[in-house]
Amino acid sequence: MNLIVSTIGQGLLWSILGIALFLTFRILNFPDMTVEGTFPLGAAIAVSLITHGVDPFIASLAAFVTGMLAGAITAFLYTKGRIPILLAGILVMTACLSVNLRIMGSANISLIGRQTIFSSLSQMPRYFDAIIVGLVSVTIVTLLLIYFLQSDLGQAFIVTGDNPTMARSIGINTDRMTILGLMVSNGLVALGGAIIAQNNGYADINMGIGIIVVALASIIIGEVVFGNLTMNQRLVAITLGSIIYRFVLLIVLQLGFSTNDLNLLSSILLAICLMLPRLSHLLHFDNLIKRGVSNSHD
Amino acid sequence: MTNTNAILSLKNVTVKVHSDNGSETEILKNFNLDVADGDFITVLGANGAGKSTFFNVIAGTLPADSGQIFHAGQDITSVSAEKRTAFLSRVFQDPKMGTSPRMTVAENLLLAAKRGEKRRLLPRHLSSKMADFKRITAPMGNKLDQRLNTATENLSGGQRQALSFLMATYKKPDILLLDEHTAALDPKTSAELMQKTAQRVNEDHLTCLMITHRMDDALKYGNRLIVIDNGAVSHDFNRDEKAALTKDKLFSFFDAEA
Repeated sequence: MNLIVSTIGQGLLWSILGIALFLTFRILNFPDMTVEGTFPLGAAIAVSLITHGVDPFIASLAAFVTGMLAGAITAFLYTKGRIPILLAGILVMTACLSVNLRIMGSANISLIGRQTIFSSLSQMPRYFDAIIVGLVSVTIVTLLLIYFLQSDLGQAFIVTGDNPTMARSIGINTDRMTILGLMVSNGLVALGGAIIAQNNGYADINMGIGIIVVALASIIIGEVVFGNLTMNQRLVAITLGSIIYRFVLLIVLQLGFSTNDLNLLSSILLAICLMLPRLSHLLHFDNLIKRGVSNSHD
Repeated sequence: MTNTNAILSLKNVTVKVHSDNGSETEILKNFNLDVADGDFITVLGANGAGKSTFFNVIAGTLPADSGQIFHAGQDITSVSAEKRTAFLSRVFQDPKMGTSPRMTVAENLLLAAKRGEKRRLLPRHLSSKMADFKRITAPMGNKLDQRLNTATENLSGGQRQALSFLMATYKKPDILLLDEHTAALDPKTSAELMQKTAQRVNEDHLTCLMITHRMDDALKYGNRLIVIDNGAVSHDFNRDEKAALTKDKLFSFFDAEA
Protein backbone atom coordinates (compact mmCIF):
# COMPACT_ATOMS: atom_id res chain seq x y z
CA MET A 1 0.00 0.00 0.00
CA ASN A 2 2.80 2.39 0.94
CA LEU A 3 4.49 1.58 -2.32
CA ILE A 4 1.39 2.48 -4.34
CA VAL A 5 0.84 5.74 -2.45
CA SER A 6 4.47 6.72 -2.88
CA THR A 7 4.35 5.87 -6.61
CA ILE A 8 1.27 8.05 -7.19
CA GLY A 9 2.96 10.86 -5.26
CA GLN A 10 6.11 10.64 -7.38
CA GLY A 11 4.02 10.56 -10.55
CA LEU A 12 2.21 13.75 -9.52
CA LEU A 13 5.40 15.59 -8.53
CA TRP A 14 7.19 14.67 -11.76
CA SER A 15 4.21 15.47 -14.00
CA ILE A 16 5.05 19.19 -13.82
CA LEU A 17 8.13 18.40 -15.91
CA GLY A 18 6.02 16.62 -18.52
CA ILE A 19 3.69 19.61 -18.73
CA ALA A 20 6.67 21.98 -19.03
CA LEU A 21 8.21 19.97 -21.87
CA PHE A 22 4.83 19.74 -23.61
CA LEU A 23 5.06 23.51 -24.21
CA THR A 24 8.34 23.22 -26.12
CA PHE A 25 8.57 19.68 -27.52
CA ARG A 26 4.93 19.40 -28.53
CA ILE A 27 3.47 22.89 -29.00
CA LEU A 28 6.52 24.81 -30.27
CA ASN A 29 7.75 21.64 -31.96
CA PHE A 30 11.38 21.81 -30.98
CA PRO A 31 13.71 19.97 -28.60
CA ASP A 32 14.85 22.14 -25.70
CA MET A 33 17.83 20.55 -23.95
CA THR A 34 18.16 23.43 -21.45
CA VAL A 35 15.87 21.60 -19.05
CA GLU A 36 18.58 19.11 -18.01
CA GLY A 37 20.38 22.16 -16.61
CA THR A 38 17.42 24.13 -15.27
CA PHE A 39 16.06 21.18 -13.30
CA PRO A 40 19.14 20.96 -10.98
CA LEU A 41 19.36 24.77 -11.15
CA GLY A 42 15.91 25.05 -9.58
CA ALA A 43 16.89 22.48 -6.97
CA ALA A 44 20.16 24.28 -6.22
CA ILE A 45 18.51 27.68 -5.84
CA ALA A 46 15.68 26.42 -3.62
CA VAL A 47 17.85 24.22 -1.37
CA SER A 48 20.58 26.85 -0.97
CA LEU A 49 18.04 29.53 -0.07
CA ILE A 50 16.30 27.21 2.41
CA THR A 51 19.60 26.37 4.11
CA HIS A 52 20.16 30.13 4.43
CA GLY A 53 16.87 30.41 6.28
CA VAL A 54 14.60 31.60 3.46
CA ASP A 55 10.94 30.51 3.52
CA PRO A 56 10.58 27.34 1.38
CA PHE A 57 7.70 28.79 -0.66
CA ILE A 58 9.70 31.91 -1.52
CA ALA A 59 12.71 29.69 -2.28
CA SER A 60 10.58 27.63 -4.72
CA LEU A 61 9.31 30.81 -6.37
CA ALA A 62 12.92 32.02 -6.72
CA ALA A 63 13.74 28.71 -8.44
CA PHE A 64 10.89 29.33 -10.91
CA VAL A 65 12.17 32.83 -11.72
CA THR A 66 15.78 31.63 -12.13
CA GLY A 67 14.61 28.86 -14.47
CA MET A 68 12.80 31.46 -16.57
CA LEU A 69 16.01 33.48 -16.84
CA ALA A 70 17.96 30.42 -18.04
CA GLY A 71 15.19 29.74 -20.58
CA ALA A 72 15.44 33.36 -21.73
CA ILE A 73 19.16 32.89 -22.43
CA THR A 74 18.50 29.83 -24.61
CA ALA A 75 15.72 31.75 -26.36
CA PHE A 76 18.03 34.71 -26.94
CA LEU A 77 20.77 32.49 -28.42
CA TYR A 78 18.20 30.85 -30.69
CA THR A 79 16.13 33.84 -31.85
CA LYS A 80 18.71 36.64 -31.90
CA GLY A 81 21.96 34.68 -32.16
CA ARG A 82 20.56 32.26 -34.77
CA ILE A 83 22.18 29.30 -33.00
CA PRO A 84 20.26 26.06 -33.74
CA ILE A 85 17.86 25.30 -30.89
CA LEU A 86 19.46 21.95 -30.02
CA LEU A 87 22.89 23.57 -29.65
CA ALA A 88 21.56 26.66 -27.85
CA GLY A 89 19.95 24.37 -25.28
CA ILE A 90 23.09 22.27 -24.83
CA LEU A 91 25.19 25.44 -24.31
CA VAL A 92 22.95 26.76 -21.55
CA MET A 93 22.55 23.29 -20.01
CA THR A 94 26.33 22.88 -19.83
CA ALA A 95 26.80 26.38 -18.41
CA CYS A 96 24.20 25.55 -15.75
CA LEU A 97 26.41 22.74 -14.42
CA SER A 98 29.07 25.27 -13.36
CA VAL A 99 26.51 27.78 -12.15
CA ASN A 100 24.84 25.09 -10.03
CA LEU A 101 28.15 24.17 -8.39
CA ARG A 102 28.77 27.85 -7.62
CA ILE A 103 25.33 28.18 -6.06
CA MET A 104 25.54 24.99 -3.99
CA GLY A 105 29.26 25.21 -3.13
CA SER A 106 29.42 21.41 -3.20
CA ALA A 107 28.00 18.61 -5.31
CA ASN A 108 25.32 17.77 -2.76
CA ILE A 109 23.45 19.71 -0.04
CA SER A 110 21.15 18.12 2.49
CA LEU A 111 17.94 19.62 3.85
CA ILE A 112 17.92 17.56 7.03
CA GLY A 113 16.35 19.50 9.89
CA ARG A 114 15.14 22.30 7.57
CA GLN A 115 11.58 23.47 6.91
CA THR A 116 10.38 22.56 3.40
CA ILE A 117 7.04 22.96 1.61
CA PHE A 118 6.34 19.40 2.82
CA SER A 119 6.97 20.17 6.53
CA SER A 120 3.47 21.48 7.28
CA LEU A 121 2.07 18.14 6.05
CA SER A 122 4.21 16.00 8.35
CA GLN A 123 1.14 14.91 10.37
CA MET A 124 -0.23 13.14 7.27
CA PRO A 125 0.23 9.39 6.82
CA ARG A 126 3.53 8.52 5.16
CA TYR A 127 3.94 9.62 1.48
CA PHE A 128 0.63 11.50 1.47
CA ASP A 129 2.54 14.78 1.68
CA ALA A 130 3.89 14.18 -1.85
CA ILE A 131 0.37 13.46 -3.12
CA ILE A 132 -1.04 16.67 -1.62
CA VAL A 133 1.84 18.91 -2.81
CA GLY A 134 1.87 17.22 -6.22
CA LEU A 135 -1.88 17.45 -6.65
CA VAL A 136 -2.06 21.10 -5.61
CA SER A 137 0.89 22.22 -7.74
CA VAL A 138 -0.09 20.24 -10.84
CA THR A 139 -3.68 21.48 -10.58
CA ILE A 140 -2.60 25.11 -10.33
CA VAL A 141 -0.12 24.75 -13.21
CA THR A 142 -2.66 22.92 -15.41
CA LEU A 143 -5.45 25.45 -14.76
CA LEU A 144 -3.14 28.41 -15.46
CA LEU A 145 -1.95 26.81 -18.70
CA ILE A 146 -5.51 26.01 -19.79
CA TYR A 147 -6.38 29.68 -19.28
CA PHE A 148 -3.23 30.76 -21.13
CA LEU A 149 -3.74 28.45 -24.11
CA GLN A 150 -7.34 29.63 -24.59
CA SER A 151 -6.32 33.30 -24.49
CA ASP A 152 -5.44 35.40 -27.53
CA LEU A 153 -1.80 35.24 -26.48
CA GLY A 154 -1.92 31.45 -26.02
CA GLN A 155 -3.52 30.93 -29.44
CA ALA A 156 -0.73 33.01 -30.98
CA PHE A 157 1.74 30.78 -29.08
CA ILE A 158 0.15 27.59 -30.45
CA VAL A 159 0.08 28.81 -34.05
CA THR A 160 3.76 29.78 -33.79
CA GLY A 161 4.60 26.10 -33.34
CA ASP A 162 1.98 24.89 -35.81
CA ASN A 163 2.71 27.18 -38.77
CA PRO A 164 5.27 29.95 -38.18
CA THR A 165 4.91 31.34 -41.73
CA MET A 166 1.19 31.82 -41.28
CA ALA A 167 1.73 33.20 -37.76
CA ARG A 168 4.06 35.88 -39.09
CA SER A 169 1.69 36.66 -41.98
CA ILE A 170 -1.03 37.65 -39.50
CA GLY A 171 1.31 39.81 -37.45
CA ILE A 172 2.44 37.43 -34.71
CA ASN A 173 6.00 38.00 -33.53
CA THR A 174 7.15 34.37 -33.55
CA ASP A 175 10.45 35.19 -31.84
CA ARG A 176 8.58 36.69 -28.90
CA MET A 177 6.35 33.59 -28.66
CA THR A 178 9.42 31.33 -28.69
CA ILE A 179 11.02 33.36 -25.89
CA LEU A 180 7.79 33.20 -23.89
CA GLY A 181 7.52 29.42 -24.33
CA LEU A 182 11.13 28.72 -23.37
CA MET A 183 10.90 30.97 -20.32
CA VAL A 184 7.67 29.47 -18.97
CA SER A 185 8.81 25.92 -19.75
CA ASN A 186 12.18 26.29 -18.02
CA GLY A 187 10.60 28.16 -15.11
CA LEU A 188 8.26 25.20 -14.56
CA VAL A 189 11.13 22.70 -14.87
CA ALA A 190 13.13 24.64 -12.25
CA LEU A 191 10.06 24.75 -10.01
CA GLY A 192 9.77 20.98 -10.46
CA GLY A 193 13.44 20.65 -9.49
CA ALA A 194 12.83 22.75 -6.36
CA ILE A 195 9.83 20.67 -5.29
CA ILE A 196 11.45 17.30 -6.03
CA ALA A 197 14.67 18.28 -4.18
CA GLN A 198 12.59 19.24 -1.14
CA ASN A 199 10.74 15.94 -1.36
CA ASN A 200 14.03 14.03 -1.62
CA GLY A 201 15.56 16.05 1.21
CA TYR A 202 18.64 17.09 -0.79
CA ALA A 203 19.87 18.72 -3.99
CA ASP A 204 22.42 16.88 -6.10
CA ILE A 205 24.46 18.28 -8.97
CA ASN A 206 23.65 15.24 -11.14
CA MET A 207 19.91 15.14 -10.56
CA GLY A 208 19.15 16.57 -14.03
CA ILE A 209 20.58 13.65 -15.96
CA GLY A 210 17.91 11.83 -17.94
CA ILE A 211 15.00 14.07 -16.98
CA ILE A 212 14.12 14.82 -20.62
CA VAL A 213 13.41 11.13 -21.15
CA VAL A 214 11.34 10.98 -17.95
CA ALA A 215 9.30 14.04 -18.94
CA LEU A 216 8.82 12.89 -22.53
CA ALA A 217 7.79 9.45 -21.31
CA SER A 218 4.87 10.96 -19.40
CA ILE A 219 3.78 12.95 -22.47
CA ILE A 220 4.08 9.98 -24.85
CA ILE A 221 2.47 7.46 -22.49
CA GLY A 222 -0.42 9.91 -22.04
CA GLU A 223 -0.79 10.14 -25.81
CA VAL A 224 -0.49 6.41 -26.45
CA VAL A 225 -2.91 5.43 -23.69
CA PHE A 226 -5.56 8.11 -24.20
CA GLY A 227 -5.35 8.67 -27.97
CA ASN A 228 -6.96 11.67 -29.65
CA LEU A 229 -7.75 14.41 -27.15
CA THR A 230 -8.37 18.14 -27.09
CA MET A 231 -5.54 20.41 -25.97
CA ASN A 232 -6.94 20.73 -22.43
CA GLN A 233 -7.45 16.98 -22.10
CA ARG A 234 -3.90 16.38 -23.30
CA LEU A 235 -2.55 18.48 -20.42
CA VAL A 236 -4.40 16.25 -17.94
CA ALA A 237 -3.29 13.12 -19.82
CA ILE A 238 0.35 14.09 -19.16
CA THR A 239 -0.22 13.85 -15.38
CA LEU A 240 -1.90 10.46 -15.79
CA GLY A 241 0.94 9.39 -18.11
CA SER A 242 3.46 10.44 -15.48
CA ILE A 243 1.73 8.28 -12.84
CA ILE A 244 1.52 5.30 -15.22
CA TYR A 245 5.23 5.72 -15.99
CA ARG A 246 6.05 5.52 -12.26
CA PHE A 247 4.04 2.33 -11.96
CA VAL A 248 5.87 0.80 -14.90
CA LEU A 249 9.16 1.65 -13.17
CA LEU A 250 7.84 0.16 -9.93
CA ILE A 251 7.01 -3.11 -11.69
CA VAL A 252 10.41 -3.20 -13.37
CA LEU A 253 12.17 -2.66 -10.04
CA GLN A 254 10.06 -5.41 -8.48
CA LEU A 255 11.33 -7.71 -11.23
CA GLY A 256 14.78 -7.33 -9.69
CA PHE A 257 16.42 -4.54 -11.70
CA SER A 258 18.59 -2.10 -9.74
CA THR A 259 17.89 1.63 -9.50
CA ASN A 260 21.17 2.08 -11.41
CA ASP A 261 19.39 0.60 -14.43
CA LEU A 262 16.62 3.22 -14.33
CA ASN A 263 17.97 5.50 -17.07
CA LEU A 264 18.48 2.54 -19.39
CA LEU A 265 15.01 1.20 -18.65
CA SER A 266 13.43 4.66 -19.07
CA SER A 267 15.04 5.05 -22.47
CA ILE A 268 13.93 1.61 -23.61
CA LEU A 269 10.41 2.29 -22.40
CA LEU A 270 10.27 5.64 -24.22
CA ALA A 271 11.73 4.13 -27.40
CA ILE A 272 9.05 1.43 -27.38
CA CYS A 273 6.30 4.00 -26.84
CA LEU A 274 7.63 6.17 -29.66
CA MET A 275 7.75 3.20 -32.03
CA LEU A 276 4.30 1.97 -31.06
CA PRO A 277 2.35 3.81 -33.80
CA ARG A 278 4.83 2.50 -36.39
CA LEU A 279 4.89 -1.01 -34.94
CA SER A 280 1.13 -1.29 -34.76
CA HIS A 281 0.99 -0.16 -38.38
CA LEU A 282 3.66 -2.65 -39.45
CA LEU A 283 2.08 -5.53 -37.58
CA HIS A 284 -1.43 -4.55 -38.78
CA PHE A 285 -2.63 -4.07 -35.21
CA ASP A 286 -4.85 -1.23 -36.51
CA ASN A 287 -6.88 -3.59 -38.66
CA LEU A 288 -6.86 -6.26 -36.01
CA ILE A 289 -8.37 -3.87 -33.47
CA LYS A 290 -10.86 -2.47 -35.97
CA ARG A 291 -12.00 -5.95 -36.92
CA GLY A 292 -12.09 -6.93 -33.28
CA VAL A 293 -14.56 -4.22 -32.34
CA SER A 294 -16.79 -4.18 -35.43
CA ASN A 295 -19.61 -6.69 -35.67
CA SER A 296 -20.00 -6.65 -39.45
CA HIS A 297 -18.99 -9.86 -41.21
CA ASP A 298 -18.60 -8.61 -44.75
CA MET B 1 7.51 62.70 -55.17
CA THR B 2 4.70 60.36 -54.31
CA ASN B 3 1.28 60.16 -55.81
CA THR B 4 -0.95 60.94 -52.82
CA ASN B 5 -3.88 59.06 -54.33
CA ALA B 6 -1.89 55.85 -54.37
CA ILE B 7 -2.55 53.35 -51.58
CA LEU B 8 0.74 51.67 -52.43
CA SER B 9 3.77 53.04 -54.26
CA LEU B 10 7.12 51.52 -55.10
CA LYS B 11 9.82 54.07 -56.04
CA ASN B 12 13.00 52.85 -57.70
CA VAL B 13 13.00 49.67 -55.61
CA THR B 14 16.01 47.46 -56.14
CA VAL B 15 16.47 44.02 -54.59
CA LYS B 16 19.71 42.08 -54.98
CA VAL B 17 20.65 38.56 -54.03
CA HIS B 18 24.18 37.82 -53.02
CA SER B 19 25.43 34.38 -53.89
CA ASP B 20 28.22 32.57 -52.05
CA ASN B 21 30.84 33.27 -54.70
CA GLY B 22 30.49 37.00 -54.13
CA SER B 23 28.52 37.84 -57.26
CA GLU B 24 25.22 39.66 -56.93
CA THR B 25 22.14 39.57 -59.10
CA GLU B 26 19.46 42.23 -59.26
CA ILE B 27 16.04 40.60 -58.95
CA LEU B 28 14.14 43.91 -59.01
CA LYS B 29 15.72 46.78 -60.94
CA ASN B 30 14.49 50.32 -60.18
CA PHE B 31 10.98 48.97 -59.86
CA ASN B 32 8.26 51.65 -60.02
CA LEU B 33 4.53 51.17 -59.51
CA ASP B 34 1.62 53.23 -58.18
CA VAL B 35 -1.42 51.30 -57.04
CA ALA B 36 -4.62 53.32 -56.71
CA ASP B 37 -7.16 52.64 -53.97
CA GLY B 38 -9.57 50.00 -55.26
CA ASP B 39 -7.30 48.72 -58.03
CA PHE B 40 -7.55 45.00 -58.81
CA ILE B 41 -4.30 44.32 -60.65
CA THR B 42 -3.45 41.01 -62.24
CA VAL B 43 0.29 40.36 -62.43
CA LEU B 44 1.82 38.24 -65.18
CA GLY B 45 5.43 37.28 -65.75
CA ALA B 46 7.63 34.36 -66.71
CA ASN B 47 9.32 32.25 -64.03
CA GLY B 48 12.21 34.17 -62.52
CA ALA B 49 10.89 37.55 -63.72
CA GLY B 50 10.71 38.78 -60.11
CA LYS B 51 6.98 38.41 -59.31
CA SER B 52 7.48 36.70 -55.96
CA THR B 53 10.26 39.10 -54.98
CA PHE B 54 7.89 41.95 -55.86
CA PHE B 55 5.33 40.56 -53.39
CA ASN B 56 7.94 39.79 -50.72
CA VAL B 57 9.28 43.32 -50.81
CA ILE B 58 5.75 44.75 -50.46
CA ALA B 59 4.99 42.40 -47.55
CA GLY B 60 8.34 43.23 -45.96
CA THR B 61 9.62 39.64 -45.76
CA LEU B 62 12.48 40.72 -48.06
CA PRO B 63 14.24 44.07 -47.55
CA ALA B 64 14.75 46.51 -50.42
CA ASP B 65 18.43 47.26 -51.12
CA SER B 66 17.49 50.71 -52.36
CA GLY B 67 14.37 52.68 -53.18
CA GLN B 68 11.27 53.40 -51.15
CA ILE B 69 7.88 51.84 -50.50
CA PHE B 70 4.90 53.97 -49.51
CA HIS B 71 1.57 52.97 -47.97
CA ALA B 72 -1.05 55.76 -48.27
CA GLY B 73 1.74 58.31 -48.61
CA GLN B 74 3.74 57.04 -45.62
CA ASP B 75 7.21 55.63 -46.08
CA ILE B 76 7.09 52.00 -44.90
CA THR B 77 10.43 50.90 -46.38
CA SER B 78 11.88 50.12 -42.95
CA VAL B 79 8.64 48.95 -41.29
CA SER B 80 8.85 45.26 -40.29
CA ALA B 81 6.77 42.59 -42.01
CA GLU B 82 5.01 41.95 -38.70
CA LYS B 83 3.87 45.61 -38.44
CA ARG B 84 2.79 45.71 -42.09
CA THR B 85 0.21 43.00 -41.40
CA ALA B 86 -1.91 45.72 -39.78
CA PHE B 87 -2.86 46.93 -43.29
CA LEU B 88 -1.70 44.12 -45.55
CA SER B 89 -2.68 40.49 -45.96
CA ARG B 90 -1.56 37.71 -48.22
CA VAL B 91 -2.71 34.36 -49.59
CA PHE B 92 0.02 31.93 -50.58
CA GLN B 93 0.01 29.41 -53.41
CA ASP B 94 0.50 26.41 -51.11
CA PRO B 95 -2.74 25.64 -49.21
CA LYS B 96 -0.60 24.40 -46.31
CA MET B 97 1.10 27.78 -45.88
CA GLY B 98 -1.92 29.86 -44.98
CA THR B 99 -3.58 27.84 -42.24
CA SER B 100 -2.62 26.26 -38.94
CA PRO B 101 -3.09 22.50 -39.52
CA ARG B 102 -3.81 21.35 -35.97
CA MET B 103 -6.23 24.17 -35.21
CA THR B 104 -9.86 24.18 -36.26
CA VAL B 105 -11.36 26.31 -39.03
CA ALA B 106 -12.98 28.58 -36.45
CA GLU B 107 -9.74 28.94 -34.47
CA ASN B 108 -7.90 29.90 -37.64
CA LEU B 109 -10.52 32.51 -38.49
CA LEU B 110 -10.36 33.91 -34.97
CA LEU B 111 -6.57 34.28 -35.24
CA ALA B 112 -6.98 36.09 -38.55
CA ALA B 113 -9.73 38.32 -37.14
CA LYS B 114 -7.04 39.86 -34.96
CA ARG B 115 -4.47 40.28 -37.74
CA GLY B 116 -1.92 42.93 -36.85
CA GLU B 117 -3.32 43.44 -33.33
CA LYS B 118 -1.56 42.90 -30.03
CA ARG B 119 -2.31 39.44 -28.58
CA ARG B 120 -3.17 39.75 -24.90
CA LEU B 121 -3.58 37.33 -22.04
CA LEU B 122 -7.36 37.65 -22.29
CA PRO B 123 -9.94 34.95 -23.09
CA ARG B 124 -10.37 34.55 -26.86
CA HIS B 125 -14.25 34.42 -26.84
CA LEU B 126 -14.48 31.91 -29.66
CA SER B 127 -18.13 30.95 -29.17
CA SER B 128 -19.41 34.51 -29.59
CA LYS B 129 -17.86 34.63 -33.07
CA MET B 130 -19.20 31.29 -34.34
CA ALA B 131 -22.36 32.76 -35.89
CA ASP B 132 -20.33 35.29 -37.82
CA PHE B 133 -17.86 32.63 -38.98
CA LYS B 134 -20.77 30.53 -40.22
CA ARG B 135 -22.16 33.55 -42.08
CA ILE B 136 -18.92 34.26 -43.95
CA THR B 137 -18.01 30.64 -44.75
CA ALA B 138 -21.44 29.67 -46.13
CA PRO B 139 -21.15 31.67 -49.41
CA MET B 140 -17.96 29.80 -50.34
CA GLY B 141 -20.25 26.95 -51.39
CA ASN B 142 -17.83 24.19 -50.39
CA LYS B 143 -19.38 23.09 -47.07
CA LEU B 144 -16.70 24.96 -45.12
CA ASP B 145 -19.47 26.32 -42.87
CA GLN B 146 -20.24 22.76 -41.74
CA ARG B 147 -16.63 22.09 -40.78
CA LEU B 148 -15.91 25.01 -38.46
CA ASN B 149 -14.81 22.65 -35.68
CA THR B 150 -12.64 20.47 -37.92
CA ALA B 151 -8.85 20.67 -37.77
CA THR B 152 -7.73 22.30 -41.03
CA GLU B 153 -5.34 19.43 -41.79
CA ASN B 154 -8.45 17.32 -42.45
CA LEU B 155 -9.86 19.70 -45.06
CA SER B 156 -9.49 19.39 -48.84
CA GLY B 157 -6.99 21.66 -50.60
CA GLY B 158 -9.85 23.74 -52.00
CA GLN B 159 -11.43 24.20 -48.58
CA ARG B 160 -8.09 25.11 -47.05
CA GLN B 161 -7.39 27.68 -49.73
CA ALA B 162 -10.90 29.14 -49.43
CA LEU B 163 -10.24 29.41 -45.69
CA SER B 164 -6.88 31.12 -46.34
CA PHE B 165 -8.67 33.63 -48.56
CA LEU B 166 -11.38 34.28 -45.95
CA MET B 167 -8.70 34.72 -43.29
CA ALA B 168 -6.87 37.27 -45.44
CA THR B 169 -10.04 39.30 -46.04
CA TYR B 170 -11.95 38.83 -42.74
CA LYS B 171 -10.40 41.99 -41.34
CA LYS B 172 -10.47 44.21 -44.42
CA PRO B 173 -6.87 44.88 -45.53
CA ASP B 174 -5.75 48.04 -47.37
CA ILE B 175 -3.70 45.81 -49.65
CA LEU B 176 -4.45 42.17 -50.51
CA LEU B 177 -1.71 40.07 -52.12
CA LEU B 178 -2.80 36.88 -53.90
CA ASP B 179 0.22 34.81 -54.86
CA GLU B 180 -1.13 32.30 -57.41
CA HIS B 181 -3.66 31.32 -54.79
CA THR B 182 -5.64 29.01 -57.09
CA ALA B 183 -2.68 27.39 -58.87
CA ALA B 184 -2.48 24.31 -56.63
CA LEU B 185 -6.16 23.43 -57.09
CA ASP B 186 -7.94 21.35 -59.71
CA PRO B 187 -9.51 23.39 -62.58
CA LYS B 188 -13.07 23.28 -61.23
CA THR B 189 -12.16 24.21 -57.64
CA SER B 190 -9.75 26.82 -58.94
CA ALA B 191 -12.46 28.46 -61.08
CA GLU B 192 -14.89 28.47 -58.14
CA LEU B 193 -12.40 30.09 -55.77
CA MET B 194 -11.41 32.63 -58.45
CA GLN B 195 -15.04 33.60 -58.94
CA LYS B 196 -15.62 33.96 -55.15
CA THR B 197 -12.40 35.97 -54.95
CA ALA B 198 -13.53 38.46 -57.59
CA GLN B 199 -16.95 38.72 -55.95
CA ARG B 200 -15.44 39.48 -52.56
CA VAL B 201 -12.86 41.94 -53.92
CA ASN B 202 -15.58 43.87 -55.75
CA GLU B 203 -18.12 43.85 -52.90
CA ASP B 204 -15.59 45.01 -50.32
CA HIS B 205 -13.77 47.38 -52.73
CA LEU B 206 -10.48 45.74 -51.84
CA THR B 207 -7.20 46.86 -53.36
CA CYS B 208 -5.74 43.66 -54.68
CA LEU B 209 -2.68 42.44 -56.55
CA MET B 210 -2.93 38.94 -57.96
CA ILE B 211 -0.06 36.95 -59.45
CA THR B 212 -1.32 34.34 -61.87
CA HIS B 213 -0.05 32.06 -64.61
CA ARG B 214 -3.49 31.62 -66.14
CA MET B 215 -3.83 34.10 -69.00
CA ASP B 216 -7.61 33.68 -68.99
CA ASP B 217 -7.86 34.73 -65.34
CA ALA B 218 -5.48 37.63 -65.90
CA LEU B 219 -7.70 38.92 -68.71
CA LYS B 220 -11.06 38.13 -67.12
CA TYR B 221 -10.50 39.62 -63.68
CA GLY B 222 -9.34 43.00 -62.41
CA ASN B 223 -9.21 46.50 -63.82
CA ARG B 224 -5.52 46.61 -64.64
CA LEU B 225 -2.89 44.17 -65.85
CA ILE B 226 0.86 44.43 -65.48
CA VAL B 227 3.57 42.26 -66.96
CA ILE B 228 6.80 41.92 -65.03
CA ASP B 229 9.90 41.06 -66.99
CA ASN B 230 13.53 41.04 -65.98
CA GLY B 231 12.87 42.78 -62.64
CA ALA B 232 10.71 45.66 -63.87
CA VAL B 233 7.21 46.41 -65.16
CA SER B 234 7.42 45.86 -68.91
CA HIS B 235 3.74 46.48 -69.70
CA ASP B 236 0.99 48.24 -67.77
CA PHE B 237 -2.55 48.09 -69.19
CA ASN B 238 -5.41 50.15 -67.77
CA ARG B 239 -9.05 49.05 -67.84
CA ASP B 240 -9.69 50.03 -71.46
CA GLU B 241 -6.41 48.73 -72.81
CA LYS B 242 -6.92 45.52 -70.87
CA ALA B 243 -10.40 45.07 -72.37
CA ALA B 244 -8.86 45.23 -75.83
CA LEU B 245 -6.21 42.62 -75.04
CA THR B 246 -6.41 39.09 -76.29
CA LYS B 247 -4.69 35.94 -75.15
CA ASP B 248 -2.66 35.77 -78.36
CA LYS B 249 -1.48 39.31 -77.91
CA LEU B 250 -0.41 38.52 -74.36
CA PHE B 251 1.45 35.44 -75.51
CA SER B 252 3.32 37.53 -78.03
CA PHE B 253 4.80 39.62 -75.22
CA PHE B 254 6.17 36.51 -73.63
CA ASP B 255 7.49 35.03 -76.85
CA ALA B 256 9.29 38.24 -77.70
CA GLU B 257 10.89 38.41 -74.27
CA ALA B 258 11.57 34.79 -73.57
